[in-house]
Amino acid sequence: MIRSKLLTSAIRTLRNIGSRFTERIWRMGAGARLFGLIVVSSGECLRRPRLVVREVYFTGVMSLIIILVSAFFVGMVLGLQGYNTLQTYGSSEAIGVLVALSLVRELGPVITALLFAGRAGTAITAEIGLMKATEQLSAMEMMAVSPIARVLAPRFWAGVIAMPILAALFCMVGVLGGYLVAVPLIGVDAGAFWSQMQASVDWQHDILNGMFKSVVFGVACTIIAIFEGYDAPPTAEGVSRATTRTVVTSSLVVLGLDFILTSFMINI
Amino acid sequence: MERSTIDLWVGIFVALGVAALLGLAMKVGNLTTSNIGATYTVTANFENIGGLKPRAPVKSAGVVVGRVSEIKFDATTFEAVVSLSVDKRYVFPKDTFASIFTAGLLGEQYIGLEAGGDDAKLQNGDKIIKTQDAVVLEKMISQFLYNKAAETPKAPETSGSTSSVVDALGANPLDNTTVNTTINTLDNKGKTDIAQPVAP
Amino acid sequence: MTQTTDPQNIVEIDNLSFGYKGRMLHQGINMAFPRGKVVAIMGGSGSGKTTLLRLIGGQLKPNKGQVRVEGQVVHQQSRDGIYQLRRKMGMLFQQGALFTDLSVYENVAFPMREHTDLPESMIHDLVLMKLNAVGLRGAHQLMPTELSGGMGRRVSLARAIALDPDIIMYDEPFAGLDPISMGVICDLIRTLNDALGATSIIVSHDVKETFSIADYVYFVAGGTVAAEGTPDDLRNSHLPFVHQFVHGEKDGPVPFHYAAADYKTELLGFEQRAFEHTRQLQE
Repeated sequence: MIRSKLLTSAIRTLRNIGSRFTERIWRMGAGARLFGLIVVSSGECLRRPRLVVREVYFTGVMSLIIILVSAFFVGMVLGLQGYNTLQTYGSSEAIGVLVALSLVRELGPVITALLFAGRAGTAITAEIGLMKATEQLSAMEMMAVSPIARVLAPRFWAGVIAMPILAALFCMVGVLGGYLVAVPLIGVDAGAFWSQMQASVDWQHDILNGMFKSVVFGVACTIIAIFEGYDAPPTAEGVSRATTRTVVTSSLVVLGLDFILTSFMINI
Repeated sequence: MERSTIDLWVGIFVALGVAALLGLAMKVGNLTTSNIGATYTVTANFENIGGLKPRAPVKSAGVVVGRVSEIKFDATTFEAVVSLSVDKRYVFPKDTFASIFTAGLLGEQYIGLEAGGDDAKLQNGDKIIKTQDAVVLEKMISQFLYNKAAETPKAPETSGSTSSVVDALGANPLDNTTVNTTINTLDNKGKTDIAQPVAP
Repeated sequence: MTQTTDPQNIVEIDNLSFGYKGRMLHQGINMAFPRGKVVAIMGGSGSGKTTLLRLIGGQLKPNKGQVRVEGQVVHQQSRDGIYQLRRKMGMLFQQGALFTDLSVYENVAFPMREHTDLPESMIHDLVLMKLNAVGLRGAHQLMPTELSGGMGRRVSLARAIALDPDIIMYDEPFAGLDPISMGVICDLIRTLNDALGATSIIVSHDVKETFSIADYVYFVAGGTVAAEGTPDDLRNSHLPFVHQFVHGEKDGPVPFHYAAADYKTELLGFEQRAFEHTRQLQE
């Protein structure tokens, strides 16, 4: 009796895992298809760049404050921690190198993407989910206007444009935060701070690679946010779950992609 | 109109982004110091490059004049072929001497160029004949110990293996202290080397 | 099977079957919508009325049969072809479906901006004309969230007629409105239909209002057309379903209870199961 119960519950668990797995695969495929559709129907955005500008305002400009403030604090923390460690080796001038390299190569693109997913990604998901729930997308379709071209594509390109800009700002403000801690507060020589930094940070291998990363993250985060919104069940619960999923999926994808991209960049 | 304020904000946003990128390039990165394109490439063969990495600096008289662009392995001569991108503004004689140095005791490795006296100049694609390998610390120490051991007349015949060298040293208290002092000197040198720039 | 298209009919539904995931919603529906008329599709909640509108608009594909608009089979059209057909249609959604990030003015201007290259001054005049037709010219600066339900529906109607469509579809235009707004919408549907020379398709379950403006009514039940005729015909119909629906009787051919197991056995069965469960736990 009990054994057969155990067996059935085990089978049920297995079936659950299986259906979840296939669900993931299905979503991945659907997301990729939506990505293709968006890219194909981007002509409208080129013809009317104003659509994209409007969305850059909502995704980029509105995320500025959180990005800049976080960057400043991250830079200052890096400065303090870096000084603490480097001091024991007697090379506290290298603090600039440490702050700049960690920001430009990793923290800048990654933290920007995570904050972006939380700030702009959720907004995109909720907006598109609610537009779908209130039949706005359907209405648009019935007016012979493709919601993919008119609603999704501008948001997608806005995200792709905004992300590297935000990441560049993050890096710059972070370096300034590190400078503020290192030079006026701790008393590292300003000249040594900048010159060591310039000697070790390579324009192409560090800065451009970092920017490339953030473009990739921009594509990933925005497409996830759009897909979750577009795919959300048209209910309050559906939209709220979709919003949560946006943050979770984006964060995991960003960190995973970061590893892949970094391993490519280090090898080359 | 709401639209124009949005345009304004987005304009400011993009401008800030470009400024940040420029700032990163100029102030944080080396765009100003590295003249991309205005270089010529020469190669040099080394038997051992130690820890030399691509993009390591090429210095002459302590001034950075270029970077290591590529490191390959030549399977016929079993040597490392190092390509150096040198700034076009700096021209070196044909018999320039290239050696691999280490900044500080444990710092990064770089290539030092010492100009010779030849009238012919190095051209793009030329090869530097005179090179000196990287100094590998372990090798240096073991060589030093081996030489010391060989100097002592009492030392037994050894085939050069490190273990027998150490045995020999164990048998000779005088040499043991010499080695200790040498290691201490090296240690202290390392400390002072790193400690020098501490003064804020 | 294929019928010849009658040029009198702007929309024809021919032996249409449609269903989701094996559950059939429509089975062999035939309807015709003559030009210039107001035709209503009525039926209980969940009888697939709204789905019919989506099938006409080409948002869904039928499993069998076809929908023809202006003689063209909708589901055989390419994407562009469907979009061409939709430009002749206006649709009023159940919840209004106004774009919440645009003002009333921009909502009505939206189809014009998307589909025409009219100069701004012309768009301005057209928008105010459309809003005037629904009596909301004074509200053009408001945002959709500032409107009452009835006003929102009227703005949505103004947007639906923005491009002077040949077919106007109404999805539950009376649902959830107060009597005054209901009367206003009712009146608007009839006058706009006649003024524009359009054909109106109303999906509704509000008998009184629908009967007051419709020229012809189809009753949908159980996936087929259960009855059809002019409002007067249906009012006097002796078909049990129509009688129940028109007079709003609680029980009849459409049962009060959703299909369920026998009441008694279900109630007693629960106790029986609970008893067994506790016994198992004790063991």
